[in-house]
Amino acid sequence: MPKITFITATGESIIAEGTSGSVMELAKQYNVSGIDGDCGGVCSCATCHVHVAPADFNKTGAASEIEADMLELDDNVIKFSRLCCQIEVSDAVDGVTLTVPG
Amino acid sequence: MSEQANDAQTCVIIGASHAGVNLAFNLRIAGWAGDILLFDADPELPYHRPPLSKAYLASDDGLDSHRLKSADSYVQQQITLRLGVKVSKIDPDQKVITLNDDSVQSYDKLVLATGARPLIPPIPGLDAANNCFPLRTAADVENIREAITPAGGKNVVIIGGGYIGLETAASMKKLGANVTVLEREDRVLARVTAPVMSDFFTCLHKDNGVTIAIRKNVSAIESEGSTNLVRCADGSEYPADLIVVGVGIRVNTELAEAAGLKVHNGIQIDATMKTSTDDIYAIGDCTFHHNPHYDRWVRLESVQNAVDQAKVAAKAICGEVVVYDAIPWFWSDQYDVKLQMVGLSEGYDEVVVRHEIGEGHKFSAWYFKGDTLLAVDAVNNAKAYVIGTRFIKSGDLINKGKLADLGVGLKPATLG
Repeated sequence: MPKITFITATGESIIAEGTSGSVMELAKQYNVSGIDGDCGGVCSCATCHVHVAPADFNKTGAASEIEADMLELDDNVIKFSRLCCQIEVSDAVDGVTLTVPG
Repeated sequence: MSEQANDAQTCVIIGASHAGVNLAFNLRIAGWAGDILLFDADPELPYHRPPLSKAYLASDDGLDSHRLKSADSYVQQQITLRLGVKVSKIDPDQKVITLNDDSVQSYDKLVLATGARPLIPPIPGLDAANNCFPLRTAADVENIREAITPAGGKNVVIIGGGYIGLETAASMKKLGANVTVLEREDRVLARVTAPVMSDFFTCLHKDNGVTIAIRKNVSAIESEGSTNLVRCADGSEYPADLIVVGVGIRVNTELAEAAGLKVHNGIQIDATMKTSTDDIYAIGDCTFHHNPHYDRWVRLESVQNAVDQAKVAAKAICGEVVVYDAIPWFWSDQYDVKLQMVGLSEGYDEVVVRHEIGEGHKFSAWYFKGDTLLAVDAVNNAKAYVIGTRFIKSGDLINKGKLADLGVGLKPATLG
């Protein structure tokens, strides 16, 4: 089962396992602090922002155009930023580390 | 307020949708150490409402992929859910609420997140109609789904061409139904957008095979066997296996009114979300509040307002000095079109429309009053939504000529 590590703004590390749905839904299931997903996962609110570990960025891929535009709402955007509602849980993202910006 | 001060206290929240649930979790973040009790008449583990008319209706995903929080999260945060329980009365002097089984629950702080319910218009025959439902709860969607499965070839009439009506139309069409939307005004979305947006969505629905009929005042519904005939004042009539009513809402203010709280177009609150009565707060769709950015009193039906008011109320209840000063935003998904809206357009005197070149359905409508940008509606154009948000927040002036000039890129630096 794919494993994803979330690191919260306070440095807490949470290892989450899931088989389907979005990474945002997985984070909510594990109550990862800082991942709100207020819009329910339709790329409308930018409250599920994560920084992908640079070494894992080839696994998640880059943000889509609309996602990149929405990320502009957040001051903490970096090259490795993603909205995790737009990342599907699958074997392709097994082992990635995602940090919730402070 | 320190933890010592509130660890023996109880915060009771009435309403466990976006506002109430977010309040409960934000209370913990703000340092509330006492009990948190969350009441709702809906027996379902709290869920996202916007997908009800969209993904949840159109697919068989099930409600579990649309929960606001996982069941474990409530346990972890020591938030007590009292679902399927209706509150019948508030006694602000004794600081107790009465439940529908006549038991009572005391509180130190009370938060009303009572939301709204669908407005059911007084149309003769509506009460007795077959398969006639509003759409606001998961149970409503279950009823609709049950009535329309399989949807292929069934006639669906939607009364009301607002966001709920149009989103439901798109979802029912996706399921294979014959869909007609009956709108009373001379255009859909008349209350909330400029004519250019109404025209776009009318065409979008027509292109997808949905009938949009305007100036249709439904005068009667006749049930015939297991189906219905929807009659309009102009003599037209529409057969309907299913009727969905989406003509607006009524705010749930009865509890507040009976308790003597100030109510006017919603429960009146101050900038900290406090009502006219001490230790009672109100958040979300049920509130009538002052928006400092637009300097007027508003009642908003939106996830943004619910979540942001919940955050402010949580801090205020824990003794922090905060004020609510958010720019409202909304969204709607229909077919493959994403509409994002920011700001409040009411009072606009000019709309600048910008169609991006060669991008099909990608455009934005910018609402101005004089030189002030009030709001932006962006269709498949998150960039316009984001830039609009920045300009509205900063108050920086936009050059309307440059905005309308497609040769000028959509960037903050070039539009000033």
